[in-house]
Amino acid sequence: MSRTFLGMPGIASPGKSGQTFPGNAARAVQNSQLRFNLRKATRTIRARRASVVNELPDWAELRQAGKAIKDHTLRNLDTYLIQLEEAVTKAGGHVHWAADADEANRIVAGLVKATGETEVVKVKSMATQEIGLNEALLEEGITAYETDLAELIVQLGDDWPSHILVPAIHRNRSEIREIFADNMSGWGRPAPDDLTDDPAALAEAARLHLRERFLASKVAISGANFMIAETGTLVVLESEGNGRMCLTLPETLISVVGIEKLLPTWRDLEVFLQLLPRSSTGERMNPYTSMWTGATEGQDFHLVLLDNGRTGVLADEVGRQALRCIRCSACLNVCPVYERAGGHAYGSVYPGPIGAILTPLLRGMETELDRSLPYASSLCGACYEVCPVAIDIPSVLVELRARARHPWTERAGMAAAGWVFNRSGRLARLQRIGGQMRTMVPKRLPGPLSGWTDTRDLPRVPKESFRDWWNRTDGGSR
Amino acid sequence: MSSRDLILARVRAAVAGVPDVEVPRAYRGTASAAAGAEGLVELFAERVRDYKAVVHVVAEPEVPALVARSVAERPARRLAVPGGFPASWLEQSEIDQVTDEPRLGAADLDAVDGVLTTCALAIAETGTIVLDAGPGQGRRALTLVPDYHLCLVRADQIVAGVPDAVARLDPVRPLTWISGPSATSDIELNRVEGVHGPRTLEVVIVV
Repeated sequence: MSRTFLGMPGIASPGKSGQTFPGNAARAVQNSQLRFNLRKATRTIRARRASVVNELPDWAELRQAGKAIKDHTLRNLDTYLIQLEEAVTKAGGHVHWAADADEANRIVAGLVKATGETEVVKVKSMATQEIGLNEALLEEGITAYETDLAELIVQLGDDWPSHILVPAIHRNRSEIREIFADNMSGWGRPAPDDLTDDPAALAEAARLHLRERFLASKVAISGANFMIAETGTLVVLESEGNGRMCLTLPETLISVVGIEKLLPTWRDLEVFLQLLPRSSTGERMNPYTSMWTGATEGQDFHLVLLDNGRTGVLADEVGRQALRCIRCSACLNVCPVYERAGGHAYGSVYPGPIGAILTPLLRGMETELDRSLPYASSLCGACYEVCPVAIDIPSVLVELRARARHPWTERAGMAAAGWVFNRSGRLARLQRIGGQMRTMVPKRLPGPLSGWTDTRDLPRVPKESFRDWWNRTDGGSR
Repeated sequence: MSSRDLILARVRAAVAGVPDVEVPRAYRGTASAAAGAEGLVELFAERVRDYKAVVHVVAEPEVPALVARSVAERPARRLAVPGGFPASWLEQSEIDQVTDEPRLGAADLDAVDGVLTTCALAIAETGTIVLDAGPGQGRRALTLVPDYHLCLVRADQIVAGVPDAVARLDPVRPLTWISGPSATSDIELNRVEGVHGPRTLEVVIVV
């Protein structure tokens, strides 16, 4: 898959005009390799999630608590942000505020330049992907090296992420082997000559490729899964140890975090450290979780708090629940539409059901692509059921559909229906005309409307309406 | 207007008039069972084994012999040992102890064969050990860069679940939660052990 085909935009720069989800999806489903890879991966993870979630007798209660903690936090976000700023500052960290992507990128570039370094290592982070940080740093002469295995696959393959948790989910082991063998040498240590497609061998190749870079790096950039207002603690969950490498070894650590990632108290972690790993990788606990408060073990620590459209979503009565999202990706893994279309079709760093609401909420519905996203769903509700913070994605989708500008044919049809239904006399007259002309109604509708009747039978028009029948027979008694 | 004031003003405008919510905490909280209670050791051992870590359960007097055997089997000769690690547990081991005082450089750390530590506590339900840089644990990089980590857990440090751990830990300290050896789910969403952190995790439960 090439960049041109997908035209994957950063969330800050909307997609090419003319792109729509149905168009992208129609092309994606032609790719049988992609469909095979996605089917295999999503089925694996669905089974794993179900088994570790069913193991907890109090999953429903944890989910309710998670939802309520997030709602309470969002309601009092101003208070908790100030509390967090105080706690981080008191612990020796520096707090920066970024209203939008450009400002966040400027702040980070400035901080990196102040260290005199031109290379940084990165922990996988949705926030920095959303703001296009790597591209912005490159313009300032700074190279950002992704260190998460899947991000590395995406970066080496000059590709776009297609999943929140596993950005290279669209690649299978043999494709990954090829990417490593061809491209590792351009970024550092080459892949071993005898590299096989055994996942353990691929992991080993990544280990060797990144080892020296970890040991030599002076600056790291991360996101965070949670920030604790009460204590100023940041929390990063990961699997490989690349996160720990970036968080602990460099002299300077810069964390870019969306303002909605807050939790009020330390205790609240007892809920989310159960909800997130089980929903996300389907494990009782992910291999590594790091927690640090302010400047730790002699490090220089900067926290960049990112708005970039979040306060706009917060003001949206129906859409604000999307800010509860903890980026677990369970909704992607169960979605029948995502499983077939893949992440690239959504044209955003946030694909899948959560992306179908978060993307238009964050960047508006100005483009055809963003207007089409709320339709990237069959409204089956599986996403709502697995969401660990109970985001009612189907309801938000329906609300966004109502807000999107509809095609003129649909608008004209609805306006006509509204005109008819608005007066009982109009309806009765139309029903009588319809009854008289019922033999003339075709089985298939003409022109563009045939799309509807290709897969559906038109109901037969009755001779007489119910109300006419009732009036004529006095309710069937005559 | 600074971005700070702008963001805070936008937040206040966005949530004005929105009702607050009570947080229901009907989930299982801190357990009534004491740490190290019967059943917790077995559960912890089983859950750590699930992550493909090596697990031993031994009585205190047998610890020195077990540690000696484990490091010899690796084989690991040069081992980082943080300050505060009980010297008696190393009595029978034939190893070169590397201390972190003064701090080892990253390359020096990469050159040791492994690291021996204690822990702050362990969680039975999730098979997790937590380090908080206390005595016998060292700074965070010490248990990250070497390829082999042997961690000693006293039975009375094993708590039942995540809420018990959160209640006992001090967030001011740097915390590392470890659940099995370094792993990834990035290739076809299946777990593969061994990426950047220690590829071998050995846990010795001292009963």
